[in-house]
Amino acid sequence: MQTLKVIETENLTKVYGGYVAVDHLSFYINEGEIFGFLGPNGAGKTTTLLMLLGLTEPTDGRAKVLGYNPVREPVKVKRQVGYLQENMGFYREMDARQMLMFIAELNSIDQETARNKIEEALEGVGLIQQADKKIGTYSRGMRQRLGLAEILLKEPKISFLDEPTLGLDPDMTNTMLDNIVSLSRQKKMTVLLSSHMLYQVQKVCSRVGIMINGKMLAQGTMDQLAGETLDVENREFTLEEIYMKYFREAEA
Amino acid sequence: MNGIRPILKKELSDHFSSYRFLFLFALIAMASLVLVYMAALDIEESLKGTQKPQFVFLMLFTSSKIQFSLVQFVSFFGPLIGLIMGFDTINRERNEGTLSKLLSQPIYRDSVINGKFLAGVVVIGVMMASIILLITGLGIIMVGVKPGFEEFWRIFIYFIISVVYISFWLGIAMLFSILFRSIATSALASIAMWIFFSFFVSLGVNALISALVPSGGEATTRSVSQIIVINKVLTFTSPMKLYTDATATIIDPLRRTIQPFIVQMGMMEQWSMSRFSGPLPLMQSFMIVVPYILFLLAITVVCFAVSYLVFMRQEIRSV
Repeated sequence: MQTLKVIETENLTKVYGGYVAVDHLSFYINEGEIFGFLGPNGAGKTTTLLMLLGLTEPTDGRAKVLGYNPVREPVKVKRQVGYLQENMGFYREMDARQMLMFIAELNSIDQETARNKIEEALEGVGLIQQADKKIGTYSRGMRQRLGLAEILLKEPKISFLDEPTLGLDPDMTNTMLDNIVSLSRQKKMTVLLSSHMLYQVQKVCSRVGIMINGKMLAQGTMDQLAGETLDVENREFTLEEIYMKYFREAEA
Repeated sequence: MNGIRPILKKELSDHFSSYRFLFLFALIAMASLVLVYMAALDIEESLKGTQKPQFVFLMLFTSSKIQFSLVQFVSFFGPLIGLIMGFDTINRERNEGTLSKLLSQPIYRDSVINGKFLAGVVVIGVMMASIILLITGLGIIMVGVKPGFEEFWRIFIYFIISVVYISFWLGIAMLFSILFRSIATSALASIAMWIFFSFFVSLGVNALISALVPSGGEATTRSVSQIIVINKVLTFTSPMKLYTDATATIIDPLRRTIQPFIVQMGMMEQWSMSRFSGPLPLMQSFMIVVPYILFLLAITVVCFAVSYLVFMRQEIRSV
């Protein structure tokens, strides 16, 4: 059976007043896979995600998400894509349940279903005890988990996770990654995971892409990349080695 | 449309639970109650010498014996309500990072501003309605006159005009909140706008009139008509003047036109004029103010359209 490409871009480019944030980016993501999106700060990862969501208009090139063009049909894309932002904003004066209910309403999930799903999602991310507290009092890790709860509630076909484990303690990081993996397996959710935590990426991702200075320098499975760059045969390698190699090359 | 309802609901609950709304409402309710109390106290004074008092109830809103009548108060401070409610609508969400969260949900971008604007209009409506009802109650108790059918309609039209007027200022404030990233900048810009229209435009009008129309000597028909034309044109540059003129004939039916008499009249002429000084019927009053209402609506729509255009083109970045 041929795998379906749920995300495809072709020469996607974004220029911010002379500065090229994303430079002729072409890549694809298969259905159901966890794609690791790597790159240093300011490499254009978040800009790419925003373009795929239709929040930012590309300067050039095109993208297709689930067959829709995000520029033309942003709402259809956003209906099936969940986005966990890097610096997530929350309405500080709401509590977790109110926030999730608001998200449910925006996604036109009916109240009854939403109420059950919210409890499930809060349970899933371990926030059920703190659910009645205002979000303003939450720690960074708790907010991050609430963000994941939004995704659990929405059950999208694809989710964009921008630094989902940032600010989490090691135990919670593992739980978060387990959550992501199980979502991907059980609900056949495609995940685009952007992160600096190379070890984690190596653990959960089936394919990775390395983006530096707006360009996708390499994409493929871990073994493919290792074969291309490290000339290793049957040796243990880490993603860090591969990444650093590309990073050095780009710097030079 | 898709997405407006939840946003409207959330914004309404935010407004009604905010201290900002509470303070504003308390301030305005207090001020208008004091004004009406004073107006009611000297209503007897005002009615002295009138053979057959008419529209006594409306005098609660317009009595000019005191410094400010309620109508003047709203025209002057109403804008502040709109501005204070709207100056941080969009940029606060942008700064707190909730705007991109909101926009990454399956809603149209315009639903955000539509929902927020609509919520503002509803709050303004509730505020005005409750103030008018308060005044009506107080008036019935103090003056002992209940509003007639026509007075009721006049007050209702006044209510609508006031809501449109304050919503216009809300639209201005929202536009600033879209244009400026910083909340302080948009607040200052809103206040500057208010000061400009409330003080400088009227000063400017007087300066312009004295510059264009030769003063000194007898006022001629020509100079008087010139002044009237200039005044009329400039009315449309100031929303406050627009509002005052729009409400004048509605709430004060004993006024014939929106132009005060400038022409000097002799004693006999005055007597002769007084034959026509009965109140203008509701329909006629309405006809006079329709263009003003339409213009007020038009500038609100223009302001909203500009916000809309700017907002749709704005980049949403991560932070």
